Amino acid sequence: MTNTNDTLPSGTIGRRQAAALPEQPPNLWKPVKPKKAYDTVIVGGGGHGLATAYYLAKNHGLTNIAVLEKGWLAGGNTARNTTIIRSNYLWDESAAIYEHSLKLWETLEEDLGYELFFSQRGVLTLAHSISDVRSKRRNFYANALNGIDSEWLTPEDVKKLVPIINISPDVRYPVLGATYQPRGGIAKHDWVAWGYAKAASDLGVDIIQGIEVTGFDIRNNKVQGVHTSQGTIATEKVGLVAAGHSSILANLAGFSIPIQSRPLQALVSPLLEQVLNTVVMSGAVHVYVSQAHKGELVMGAGADAFNSYAQRGGFHVIEHQLAAALELFPIFSRAQVLRTWGGIVDIAPDASPIICLTPVENLFINCGWGTGGFKATPGSGWVMAYTIATGTPHELNLPFTLDRFVTGHLIDEHGAAGVAH
Amino acid sequence: MLYIPCPHCGLRNETEFHYGAEAGVSYPDPKVMTDTEWAKYLHIRANPKGWLAERWVHFAGCGRWFNLWRNTITHEIGPVWLPFTIQPKATDKIGEEDPKA
Repeated sequence: MTNTNDTLPSGTIGRRQAAALPEQPPNLWKPVKPKKAYDTVIVGGGGHGLATAYYLAKNHGLTNIAVLEKGWLAGGNTARNTTIIRSNYLWDESAAIYEHSLKLWETLEEDLGYELFFSQRGVLTLAHSISDVRSKRRNFYANALNGIDSEWLTPEDVKKLVPIINISPDVRYPVLGATYQPRGGIAKHDWVAWGYAKAASDLGVDIIQGIEVTGFDIRNNKVQGVHTSQGTIATEKVGLVAAGHSSILANLAGFSIPIQSRPLQALVSPLLEQVLNTVVMSGAVHVYVSQAHKGELVMGAGADAFNSYAQRGGFHVIEHQLAAALELFPIFSRAQVLRTWGGIVDIAPDASPIICLTPVENLFINCGWGTGGFKATPGSGWVMAYTIATGTPHELNLPFTLDRFVTGHLIDEHGAAGVAH
Repeated sequence: MLYIPCPHCGLRNETEFHYGAEAGVSYPDPKVMTDTEWAKYLHIRANPKGWLAERWVHFAGCGRWFNLWRNTITHEIGPVWLPFTIQPKATDKIGEEDPKA
């Protein structure tokens, strides 16, 4: 179930061309039972939670840590995203944290000692209207000022890079230009989770699946432990890294956060010949697509309009996305939809994350990554670990507080990122 | 695709509607509020796992706003009511737990 891309159905069209992935690895982390007490408990065993535990152990020498996962390891949004990695964000605050993350990606395989199939094949972000061109060019200049690799491409440049794309002016959303980040790319999401889990486990972190946090032991406004489906675990510090379920956990701890949980869908085609060697995103028409290592087209759709925890969305959202994809890539009309799925994303009012201290002492939260958290996995874990270990925010997550909603210092990435965040 | 019971037009496809998030959030008096209270009004909305009282507008039909209870786990739709009328309980039709819990 966590392997969204690995099934070869009968009647698959096209033929396998790229190298097959290795066999799935055996159990990579030690199966353990929860202890009575830990120094730190991380709630949520997705990519961000596992990365947090790993960097707590590696950067800060804290190894008496448990990662508690309600379901199975990395079975939420880590398994359900489209694995796009980039750092070309508009605002300085976002650019800084995503670029830090991208730099970590570039050495992560060596760092974890684990293959992640990280492929810097570039990320192309299309502009389809005059205002879209202006905002993308603004974004391109902002990236240049922040030292982030970014290029502005004309439609002809786009066509050279992606020969299968339709740059005809006679379509509803013509390609008028694009920004291109050559260092962007994709990685294999489940291998990222396994890599972090293995490395954290090797350093002594307990990773426990099938254990649900049902409440918090808070005395004198200070967290003392977590109540779980397997009893109470005493702990000095707690990190909440639960994506779409962050509101639920925050409410259990007695405070509210400005998060709405929505379904975000994606889909995958059967294995096809390699036809797309870069990532193509279009916020304006709500489609983003890459071709994974084995040849399946991986496409992300827009978020459903309404709040939901159902991990599924409406099919009309998929239809809307495929209509846009077919206009951009007419040859996709011969491809089939193999499978669609949904994840529950945690969207903040300004579409930026929240990584900070909370009204409860020694309780820290990392959420609000919304529709674009996968790319941030290493950077998010890095700064969350720093925040938990030192009790103060890292300079990179200092702007990403809950307090910004009171002071008005929002980091509005809606305009820059659209849905394809 | 949800099928949404518009109180004026009957059961219609979700694509005819726009979502309006949590229902029943009244506009406060900014003159007597702290920044924290104002931020709460602006940014904090209910995000329960279960029944949620929410607003929808039938933009492609009658164009009118109304409220309904919807379950965020099952997508089941409960009682519907008009603005400025008494809000029913989510459990009025369907035997479920207290939506406020």
